[in-house]
Amino acid sequence: MSIDKETARKVAHLARIEVADDQLDTLAGELSHILGFMEQLNEVDVEGVEPMTSVTPMRLKRREDVVSDGGYPEKILSNAPDAREGFFAVPKVVE
Amino acid sequence: MSDLTKLTIADARDKMRAGDVSSSEITEACIAAVDGGGALNAYSAKTFDLARTQAKAADARIASGDAPDMCGIPLGIKDLFCTKGVASQAASNILDGFKPEYESTITQGLWDRGAVMLGKLNMDEFAMGSSNETSTYGPVVSPWRRDGAETPLTPGGSSGGSASAVAADLCLAATGTDTGGSIRQPAAFTGIVGVKPTYGRCSRWGVIAFASSLDQAGPMTKTVRDAAIMLEAMSGHDPKDSTSADLAVPNFEAALTGDIRGKKIGIPREYRLDGMPDEIDALWQRGTEMMRDAGAEIVDISLPHTKYALPAYYVIAPAEASSNLARYDGVRYGRRAALAKGDGITQMYERTRAQGFGPEVQRRVMIGAYVLSAGFYDAYYNRARKVRALIKKDFEDVFATGVDAILTPATPSPAFGLGEMADQDPVKMYLNDVFTVTVNLAGLPGVSVPAGLDHQGLPLGLQLIGRPWEEADLLNSAYALERAAGFVSKPAKWW
Repeated sequence: MSIDKETARKVAHLARIEVADDQLDTLAGELSHILGFMEQLNEVDVEGVEPMTSVTPMRLKRREDVVSDGGYPEKILSNAPDAREGFFAVPKVVE
Repeated sequence: MSDLTKLTIADARDKMRAGDVSSSEITEACIAAVDGGGALNAYSAKTFDLARTQAKAADARIASGDAPDMCGIPLGIKDLFCTKGVASQAASNILDGFKPEYESTITQGLWDRGAVMLGKLNMDEFAMGSSNETSTYGPVVSPWRRDGAETPLTPGGSSGGSASAVAADLCLAATGTDTGGSIRQPAAFTGIVGVKPTYGRCSRWGVIAFASSLDQAGPMTKTVRDAAIMLEAMSGHDPKDSTSADLAVPNFEAALTGDIRGKKIGIPREYRLDGMPDEIDALWQRGTEMMRDAGAEIVDISLPHTKYALPAYYVIAPAEASSNLARYDGVRYGRRAALAKGDGITQMYERTRAQGFGPEVQRRVMIGAYVLSAGFYDAYYNRARKVRALIKKDFEDVFATGVDAILTPATPSPAFGLGEMADQDPVKMYLNDVFTVTVNLAGLPGVSVPAGLDHQGLPLGLQLIGRPWEEADLLNSAYALERAAGFVSKPAKWW
């Protein structure tokens, strides 16, 4: 599967990574090469094989749906690049 | 420099209990070694004040007679572990300035047992790399050099700082993490012991996530005995990690009898690669003979899907990484890119991630986004998960025939020079993981044991792979191999 420039642009946007227009061709080439390496997987007969979901058979543990932690907004915000009045601050989202 | 830094965990424990030496003395010796080891670039943060406080407390605890095995042992901690109030940034620019408000379960367990933290250890960015060259702190340098040469070599990766620090005696032992070989490959490159436990043995809580179904933390130590002691302190059920196994933790050290008579050791024919250096093959054969001489039964085995492990891994790991790394958006922690007037939230996300992630991380996040995207999910991601199931079944079939452990080379080559792979394509670097990655895909325990030197004087390692949850038995086999190999070489000090 070869990736063209437009697909590279789309993938970069899906990943939310800014890529300059003049870098897209290089990126497309790199991604194509890596995906080419993965093409080997098509040689394997996977008919009737269930995709692996867990490493050892185990049931996810369940717990009571209760608040067990929290109550320290200042700790939650302490590493934020921009926090104001108890909130994370971001650029304007809606006009 | 004092010899105290060269102590093993076991010897330090015994000497401290006997009153021959204090944790404070060992810690001061390690602090001096860390300060003198700047050329290795192994430490990304130093926590000497904390270390001195912890050492003093450990000395009091040892004097009172209530001291766990790890009490007073000075450790280095891979930068992937969140440590409260101490820089923890996964060697990434995007987490610049991040100081967690919490402590990872594993490190908390080590401190609760009285261990001492010297600082944080350099690594590949987000544990993505095999040479430590993707770190935002710059590459770690191996204490090892080729005979008669000064070329700086990689300690391997991603746990390269841990490997370099342990090999150069800048700590008694270190934590590492292993997603595709990130403990075992650097351990092999630097002549130390590294254990990747069974998936679920060690809590992942507070360990910055790369690929959640593959990540496991483990010890990196000078001996197998030390690995057994430290693994026990790192293991155990954690309600905060939903994939943590609710199983009793055995006394791993007590399992080290060195008696492997009657054990069945499998030699997988698919691990004999075209173009593999003769030295690696010869080492593997010597290791096989050592196990036979120790009384083990050697059997040829087949793991037919081995060839597909790397491509499956490089679908699954980036897919999980693209999901895990979505959280680095410049909002909650780390750095945010400077924005131009009028830039909106999408520009903030995209520019922050473009500036914050290095090239390899960007590549993997984009590959992950692609293989998970509509139209390609089945062709890549689901197919890779099916192949993963077949790889796991390969191992199950072999273990069902009574095989106790599998012996393989740890790496396809000795350590290479920093920068030597720069012109190679990324896939070439991925091949470093060829012998280790199957173990992560199948969730099995694996250990790398130093077993010899190549013709240029560089360490080579052998890997033993065990049955799930049978680390005790695996470590005993590793102990027998370690004793037979008798590896005692240390790098000549140049730093």
